Amino acid sequence: MTKEFKRPDGRKVDETRKIVAKVGIIPNADGSAMFSFGDTIAYAAVYGPRKMHPQHAQNPEKATLRCDYSMLSFSTKERIRPGPSRRSTEISKITEWALEPVLLIDQYQNMVVDVFINILQANASTRCAGINAAAMALAHAGIPMTNLVSSVSIGKLDKTLVVDLNKDEEDWEEGEGATDIPITMTHDGKITHIQLDGKITIKQLKEAVELARKATSDIYEIQKQALKDVAEEIE
Amino acid sequence: MPEQIDTSRITGERLKEYLSQGKRFDERAPEEFREISAELGFAKNAEGSAKVKIGKTEVIVGVKMEVAAPYPDSKDKGNLMVTSELLPLSSPKYELGPPKFPAIELGRLIDRGIRESKFIQLDKLCIKEGEKVWTVMIDIYPLNDDGNLVDAAGIATVLALKNTKMPKYDEEEGKILHDEPLTKESLPLSKEIPITLTVHKIGKNLIVDPIVEEEDMSEARITITSSDGEISSMQKGNMKEIEVEEFNKILDIVEKVERDIFKKVEKYIK
Repeated sequence: MTKEFKRPDGRKVDETRKIVAKVGIIPNADGSAMFSFGDTIAYAAVYGPRKMHPQHAQNPEKATLRCDYSMLSFSTKERIRPGPSRRSTEISKITEWALEPVLLIDQYQNMVVDVFINILQANASTRCAGINAAAMALAHAGIPMTNLVSSVSIGKLDKTLVVDLNKDEEDWEEGEGATDIPITMTHDGKITHIQLDGKITIKQLKEAVELARKATSDIYEIQKQALKDVAEEIE
Repeated sequence: MPEQIDTSRITGERLKEYLSQGKRFDERAPEEFREISAELGFAKNAEGSAKVKIGKTEVIVGVKMEVAAPYPDSKDKGNLMVTSELLPLSSPKYELGPPKFPAIELGRLIDRGIRESKFIQLDKLCIKEGEKVWTVMIDIYPLNDDGNLVDAAGIATVLALKNTKMPKYDEEEGKILHDEPLTKESLPLSKEIPITLTVHKIGKNLIVDPIVEEEDMSEARITITSSDGEISSMQKGNMKEIEVEEFNKILDIVEKVERDIFKKVEKYIK
């Protein structure tokens, strides 16, 4: 039954949408990148390490990573009101948690590394695209890192696990409906972010993580190549 | 870090010295624009969109159509709303938080440029008089600010409006059908293309299309929206005064440069 499963856009169950990754898109920023899964497009810019304002927010032991995720008002079919929402505030924090484990920013006491993520166009998996862009932008900014992180959403549509949910799949209603599991990992298998909305057995969740491990290692290669491309341009 | 953001005094002095010899940092003439390029329709979820680059400055504009009640003083006309957010992504000088004056002014300048030039035929956007009219929502975002956001936003707004197609509207339900493809119907626009152009005064010199360092040194500026020499809105900004002779010179510059810009963007307007 699993083999016959048809996804709305005809992809194989373990196939992501077309991925485009590009580094150095915002000249003003210290580091920047875009990352897209099909019609989902995320831009990320890094400024810093720079002085933390307000002063009382400074951490004397290490630099602070500060992420802001925001969707442009015309990124969805229905216009989004400008300004932060509960959703975007949570995703901003989740993004910090996803990135922080690979950053070596202890030496920049009292400073802040600002990461601004803007979703230009949304068709599900926006937080994953944002995290992927942010990881590349941090590397581009020369922030010391032990590794990159790569993010993908695993979905369960009725009973079938699929990679990289799009909007149609997110709204899946047949059978058991849709379960959405965004996961962020390093290419050597450390999970830095995982969320789940829906319903799934423990056995299948373990399978989902294995699917994510494979998909994120492919994404890692694409991110690495994009960083290499910009390094070659500089040479 | 404000000390890093503003142009330093030494750079400013040199910039002024150069200008007094008629020279600019990037070797442009005082009335010369940087390269302009544009891409229309990049945002698939918007009814219309445009991305405009002027040199390293990049601005995106999206148009969303909504249905709402008309204003009491224009019961049979569509509504227009222009907002802008100066994304911290686009420059180290922008911070998160509620919009500050530059963001509000940018939105207002573009709003008045579009409204007063009557570029959008708002009287054709009435669905039911006194009850339901179309609202044109225009959102402006810079992706990279290297000076002259206002003029870039003006061009991007015109192109995004040109790119706009009406969504399907269910009159019985009173709802826009977002899941259906857009209609082939364009937004009703006038033939005359309004161009927003800002002239800056630095010392005794008048320049157009400033880079960030020039913008920081600007002592006075005049933003004019006009179409083929006919002015529809204007605003003076910044602290210094402008002599009447200088003002007349500014008008001469606008008359000439507005046509130059129009020629550069004409190819994107079919």
